[in-house]
Amino acid sequence: MIHSLFLINHSGDIFLEKHWKSVISRSVCDYFFEVKEKAVDPENVPPVLQTPHHYLISIYRGKLFFLSVVQTEVPPLFVIEFLHRVADTFQDYFGECSEGVIKDNLVTVYELLEEMLDNGFPLATESNVLKEMIRPPNILRSVVNTLTGGSNVGDTLPTGQLSNVPWRRAGVKYTNNEAYFDVVEEIDAILDKSGTTVFAEIQGVVEACVRLTGMPDLTLSFMNPRLLDDMSFHPCVRFKRWESERVLSFIPPDGNFTLMTYHVSSQNLVAIPVYVKQNINFFETGSCGRLDITIGPKQNMGKTVEGLMVTIHMPKVVLSANLTATQGNYTYDLTTKVLVWDIGKLNPQKLPNLRGSLSMQAGAPKPEENPSLNIDLKIQQLAISGLKVSRLDMYGEKYKPFKGVKYLTKAGKFQRLSLSFL
Amino acid sequence: MSASSAFNDEKGGSSSVGEPEYGHDPASGGIFSSDYKRHDDLKEMLDSNKDSLKLEAMKRIVAMIARGKNASDLFPAVVKNVACKNIEVKKLVYVYLVRYAEEQQDLALLSISTFQRGLKDPNQLIRASALRVLSSIRVTIIVPIMMLAIKEAASDMSPYVRKTAAHAIPKLYSLDPEQKDQLIEVIEKLLADKTTLVAGSVVMAFEEVCPERIDLIHKNYRKLCNLLIDVEEWGQVVIINMLTRYARTQFLNPNINGGGGEKTFYGSDEDEDEDEEEKEKKPYVMDPDHRLLLRNTKPLLQSRNAAVVMAVAQLYFHLAPKAEVALLILFEMISTLYTCGMFEPYLKSFYIRSTDPTQIKVLKLEVLTNLANETNISTILREFQTYIKSMDKDFVAATIQAIGRCATNIGEVRDTCLNGLVQLLSNRDELVVAESVVVIKKLLQMQPEKHSDIIKHMAKLTDNIQVPMARASILWLIGEYCEHVPKIAPDVLRKMAKSFTNEEDIVKLQIINLAAKLYLTNSKQTKLLTQYVLNLAKYDQNYDIRDRARFIRQLIVPTEKSGALSKYAKKLFLALKPAPVLESPFKDRDHFQLGSLSHLLNAKAGGYQELPDWPEAAPDPSVRNVEVKESVRAVGTVTYRDTGALWGPQKMEGSEESDSASGSESGSGSEESGSGSESEESEEGSESEEEEEEEEEKDKKKKKKELKKPVPETESLVTDLEGLSLSDSVLSPATIAPSSVLKNYELLHRITGEGLSVEYCFSRQPFSPDANMVAVQMQFTNSATSDTKNLHMEDVKLQSGMRVKEFPEIGEREPEDIQCTAMAVMGIDFCDSTQAANFQLCTHTRKFFVSIQPPVGELMRPIFLTENEFKKEQGQLMGMNEITEKLTLDAKCRNEHAIVQRVTTAANLSRVPCGSDKECRFAGRTVTSSSLVLVTVATKEEGAAQLTVNCEKMVIGTMLVKDILLALTQ
Repeated sequence: MIHSLFLINHSGDIFLEKHWKSVISRSVCDYFFEVKEKAVDPENVPPVLQTPHHYLISIYRGKLFFLSVVQTEVPPLFVIEFLHRVADTFQDYFGECSEGVIKDNLVTVYELLEEMLDNGFPLATESNVLKEMIRPPNILRSVVNTLTGGSNVGDTLPTGQLSNVPWRRAGVKYTNNEAYFDVVEEIDAILDKSGTTVFAEIQGVVEACVRLTGMPDLTLSFMNPRLLDDMSFHPCVRFKRWESERVLSFIPPDGNFTLMTYHVSSQNLVAIPVYVKQNINFFETGSCGRLDITIGPKQNMGKTVEGLMVTIHMPKVVLSANLTATQGNYTYDLTTKVLVWDIGKLNPQKLPNLRGSLSMQAGAPKPEENPSLNIDLKIQQLAISGLKVSRLDMYGEKYKPFKGVKYLTKAGKFQRLSLSFL
Repeated sequence: MSASSAFNDEKGGSSSVGEPEYGHDPASGGIFSSDYKRHDDLKEMLDSNKDSLKLEAMKRIVAMIARGKNASDLFPAVVKNVACKNIEVKKLVYVYLVRYAEEQQDLALLSISTFQRGLKDPNQLIRASALRVLSSIRVTIIVPIMMLAIKEAASDMSPYVRKTAAHAIPKLYSLDPEQKDQLIEVIEKLLADKTTLVAGSVVMAFEEVCPERIDLIHKNYRKLCNLLIDVEEWGQVVIINMLTRYARTQFLNPNINGGGGEKTFYGSDEDEDEDEEEKEKKPYVMDPDHRLLLRNTKPLLQSRNAAVVMAVAQLYFHLAPKAEVALLILFEMISTLYTCGMFEPYLKSFYIRSTDPTQIKVLKLEVLTNLANETNISTILREFQTYIKSMDKDFVAATIQAIGRCATNIGEVRDTCLNGLVQLLSNRDELVVAESVVVIKKLLQMQPEKHSDIIKHMAKLTDNIQVPMARASILWLIGEYCEHVPKIAPDVLRKMAKSFTNEEDIVKLQIINLAAKLYLTNSKQTKLLTQYVLNLAKYDQNYDIRDRARFIRQLIVPTEKSGALSKYAKKLFLALKPAPVLESPFKDRDHFQLGSLSHLLNAKAGGYQELPDWPEAAPDPSVRNVEVKESVRAVGTVTYRDTGALWGPQKMEGSEESDSASGSESGSGSEESGSGSESEESEEGSESEEEEEEEEEKDKKKKKKELKKPVPETESLVTDLEGLSLSDSVLSPATIAPSSVLKNYELLHRITGEGLSVEYCFSRQPFSPDANMVAVQMQFTNSATSDTKNLHMEDVKLQSGMRVKEFPEIGEREPEDIQCTAMAVMGIDFCDSTQAANFQLCTHTRKFFVSIQPPVGELMRPIFLTENEFKKEQGQLMGMNEITEKLTLDAKCRNEHAIVQRVTTAANLSRVPCGSDKECRFAGRTVTSSSLVLVTVATKEEGAAQLTVNCEKMVIGTMLVKDILLALTQ
């Protein structure tokens, strides 16, 4: 299956290699570099490349390329999912997944990769299992280890590996028993130039942080589960219970995990929390243009819109922008031609406005089209779909846990709410 | 490049890796000391007695390996430490060995004995890792040792070691394919393994070693289907792909007759719809095993792992009846390359965002184009119009192509598209214009007569457009349809002749073509021009053009020597050309298995297994039958099956099991006891999981001294625990309450419900969301012709204190289900009273007032008491709490069995063991307040009997007496 893995940084240096079968020379990456050179954007590098003897399957995460080498037929998604799982594990262990942190923990990373695959087939990918085999680095432990000669490697088989709940280790103990759930929703929307919604949907995720003693069996129920569509669950969720009763019944993994992701489809009406009035004109003569943008609240259920930010990719001919904002700051990056207006909190009494002139390259023809706006925002304590958790019950343990639910709505982190006024 | 990067690596690596731990060692800087020196110092550290020094040395060596440095000269120094006591050093040595053993075969052999010892270690982790390393050392000489180790590990008592053995199989196979036959034996053995841990790995080994031995799967097919949901996600992918192939060889094509018309409700077992088709042909009946596969994989569509979802999707695509494929709405997550017109409702999910990477944009465009039909084309075209304004020019070009394809596929919009494209011709961007011209050319070919004005318009464009491909297209178009534009064509030729020398090659060729065609149709006006062009071409630099010119001159210009061909020149040049078909670039991929690497690349990758065609006749299905174990284990088997389909209870058992296992292992001296119990299990043989489970269950019971009723329908842990905590006595068969005594009540009659009838029964199962509620199971039957949708409850009216847990709305996601029958479970807390719960049952059109009134016997749940406990409790419930009634038993009800049956039907009680055969005793607790309910039926001569009910709640007691009396006397 997966033969080798190379980690490559942004500038094209291979800073880690791991082979699960016989060694493959790193020169195989040259094919990849060739393609990478040609691609404008790192995201545009095709995920699967064919070379005379190998296939290269890569993902791009945290400014790093995870490049795996495959020799025989294998479902490409299998490899891609696995690479993402590797990146997730690094994130989980070291707090971030970046070149620096991987280089700092090279040995741990190598040991992890050794445990995760055997002969190219996944062996242990559950974070709970891995953490018992190879303990994540922390300062206290490394001090203790140097003094006592203890080790970072577990010497018994993690209990999770053998049980039917591999995601939970046995014998968990906490003095404070807590279970927190974050319902985070991202709005995906495309608005046309008149402001009507062409397409809108909500991608939601329920993130959980569960620190409970023993083997708790949790049941999470929603006020309005009928809203949900296209769910995908963490393996711990009992599917049958969901089908029959629309409750999430599960034995949680220990610590942080994603309980489920869902999708509120475009068939349901999606509330768009803000409206945008925009007016960008490029004049035929005089090589300049005008820009006037106002943002106001629309359907935000009485909550404050925060972290509002507007990003505009200007046409190449726009040289500079001379604008005034009634609220927040704007920056215009001359090289990437990106205008960013950071507004912050939306005040419904005094709507933020950005206006001014754009100067363009002299003599260049007026741009064909007006640029589209990408909007970022956050609304605390609100799930825009209206989803509400009604209760959380715990069975199987005697104590009373502390429970909490948080809601957050935001525009997708990949600039999902792209209000394209074309 | 590589040299410089290596240098950078070196510096970067040493500064960051070195700093925290080895900062004190300047040698690790690597720039000032030679490799030789540095390794010397590592060797010293490895030879020292201190584990900490060794560890540090090993860490540095592994870091070198990770960065791709050569550390092979340290082999002798490292291999010495293979027997090191420190587990971390040991692990790192293993890592090193696996990396370099191939290069230093002789030295690697020194370490083998350590692993052989490791294989016998009592700790399962050490056994497993020894096998892992041993099998990863790619040294041919140890093949026999590996073979032996694998065989031994395959029957190890620890499933983890067995899993490792499964992983080792393909390693050995790639090292020495000669061993295949022996390895297949091991695979066969491991395939029979019943733990989820092993299943994925062994199927992977099967796929790599002997994918052609499909016969090995037969016996394990059903087991694999049932285990599937509990296998780890990576294993699921492999198993699903393998089962797809298996199913293709073993089952009949479900789409062979009936086509798209057939439906199967694989949720329910009855197939009324199949009867409808029976009239014409011999009906296709889906093999139950085929359905089992489809049904068991369906929940996996909800997996978080996209690879699993894709695997299930391809399984459905390749195996399911076409009607069922529509389920796969999740496709949109994956942007697969294939569409079948079933995703129309999800059209908007494929709308493109300006931030998508180009490849995704192109794929989405492809999907949109494939989805286009008469009804949605206008929306799609509007969407396309916005795309054309995008800044990404490749994407714009792709969009124009897509418009062209829509126009060819859907005749109605051809004119609209054409007009739109013509407008694009005035676009300022040359690429856009060029692409449009090319597409217009193809479109015009379909009906040139109607569009001579467009051709004229395009002729004008030749003055402005510079892109060669576009110019060439225009010229070809004018030449081809010069009869439609008789005036303009010669003029275009005149202009072209002027600029001939400055044109690109493809344009020149088209000029020659144009000239030739005009000469043939309109030789009067163009004779001289043609001559001129041909003369220019004769001296062109490109030999293709010279050749073409010569060829055409011979063909069209009549001379004495001109051959027979010139007569046919007109036919040759102005033959009616078939209109081109605008095709998807993603065509021709369907012969590969969906979701495979080969499918993506459209080329066969190494090791790709062809998906076989459906067989003509189904092979014998009995090969999959597994001999049924003795009847004693029947209960166990049922539990196992049920849990196989559930995600719930089995996991719970597993977790408990692991609890105890971990308890025994983490304890320092208790290793033996852990392995002892395991060996007991392995003595039983790996064939019978059921037996194991029973064994375990018994163990648990002995340990906790609990009595547990083996209800196969047990839904969750809650009930388990309730059952566990209630009493402590020994299981006796007499206490098992018959579960087939449920009585159905009518909630809504077929006539009042306008075709919808609803029956309910008290299922007597614990209602898991709330233990104080009575579970009411409803069965909806729709005998009306129209659909009933959105069945749900509204407006619940209750007495104070009562609560209701509504059943989830039915018919929202699968409207077909409601056409026949549907089930739902609701919970009602009656507060130990027989007051009715009133509510409205709503469909999407109607509301019905209904009420549920419980018989008193349903307000309790059974508990288990011993005879002594019963007597003790009864003693405390005397006086007011005791009600005694004399009765004469019904003639059919004079034996013990009948009495038990009637009482348990009337009330949800369980029997209490009793020494005398003249007495039957029953016990239970009320659901809400948990008050004890004790019932005694003492029989006397000739059908006389005495009924005693002891209950804290007198009302309940009185009502219960009445009910039981009625049950026993009639």
